[in-house]
Amino acid sequence: MDTIQIAIAERVAEQHRHHGKALFFWVWGALLLMTGIEVYLTYQNMQPVKMLTILMGLSLIKAALIIGYFMHLKYEVSRMKWLTMCSVVACLILMTIFFFPDAFRILYLGVK
Amino acid sequence: MADSAVHNIPSVYEPSLFGTYSKKIGMWLFLLSDSLTFGALLYAYSYGRISTAGWPTPFHSESIVNATIMTAFLLTSSLTMVLAVRASVHHDAKAQTLWLLATMICGTGFIVLHGREWTKLIAEGLTLSMFPAVPGQEAASEFASVSKGVPQFASTFFTLTGMHMLHVTLGVIYLGVVALRRKFIPILLGLWLVAWLATPAYSPFHYGAHVLLIAAIVCGIILWLKPKLYDSSDVEVAGLYWHFVDLVWMFIFPLVYLMSAKIL
Repeated sequence: MDTIQIAIAERVAEQHRHHGKALFFWVWGALLLMTGIEVYLTYQNMQPVKMLTILMGLSLIKAALIIGYFMHLKYEVSRMKWLTMCSVVACLILMTIFFFPDAFRILYLGVK
Repeated sequence: MADSAVHNIPSVYEPSLFGTYSKKIGMWLFLLSDSLTFGALLYAYSYGRISTAGWPTPFHSESIVNATIMTAFLLTSSLTMVLAVRASVHHDAKAQTLWLLATMICGTGFIVLHGREWTKLIAEGLTLSMFPAVPGQEAASEFASVSKGVPQFASTFFTLTGMHMLHVTLGVIYLGVVALRRKFIPILLGLWLVAWLATPAYSPFHYGAHVLLIAAIVCGIILWLKPKLYDSSDVEVAGLYWHFVDLVWMFIFPLVYLMSAKIL
């Protein structure tokens, strides 16, 4: 790495040094707890759509915790946060627009 | 890292557009593109599920328990990974190596459990036409009707979980190189031999094991061309990849396993 890259890496490492271990254990505990809730809900005979909504909601919270704390994005500059998250979300919205109306159409028309 | 160089920086320092170093931005860009690969696979699975009448829900509680333990392994590996990053920024080389090895053990545990799950499902009849036939499969083919009636299930299941398993395997190798450098190559070759010789010829893992051989050759070339001591930035970038693999599983687990659980 050149000197500028080394300086930036050292500054990033300095930011990491200020994070205590306890926070990571709390996040890990929360992730395990939410996984336990997901498994519990599986056996509650809920309506599939309702269950899917809850499971995806919990998965999004888990994803946010992993990205924010474990991947350190919470502590990055806002330009980095917005560019990375907006680009992924935009692509996933495009996939949703293309995929799902067609899937429901097939369901409505019946599978031949 | 050269401290004198660092201390001379402020006069020539040019702030990064994203406030971090290039390697990390490169990894984020790779992960963004990889998230679209997994996004497409997850959408394909969901599309198949919504548009196919009589989508099977074949996973017994044994499979759900197995997948839950796999999830716990991955979540724990993410914790050990952040602890490895923390040790690396504190210049604690011993703790860094130990936490990286702990992460690799958890990742390997995930792969072994997942491999066991695949083997069981294939033996019970959930298979793809490209997989070799399992001797005596007809006798105990609980999933044979699923494979014949809704072939999309097996296709999307094996593609999605197989792609993820490949990512976890490559992640373990990546961490092994960062933790042990050249010492990891003979270990990798040993693992390849064990995986190849210990799996029967009809198992997809018999051929899949060659991924380890290819990885050993590629890693050997990289370490021979550019030998270096990996610093905290390398550990952090490797950690980003590892957490991403964990992140993807947080969607595969509920969508593929929990939504397809057999409720008696």
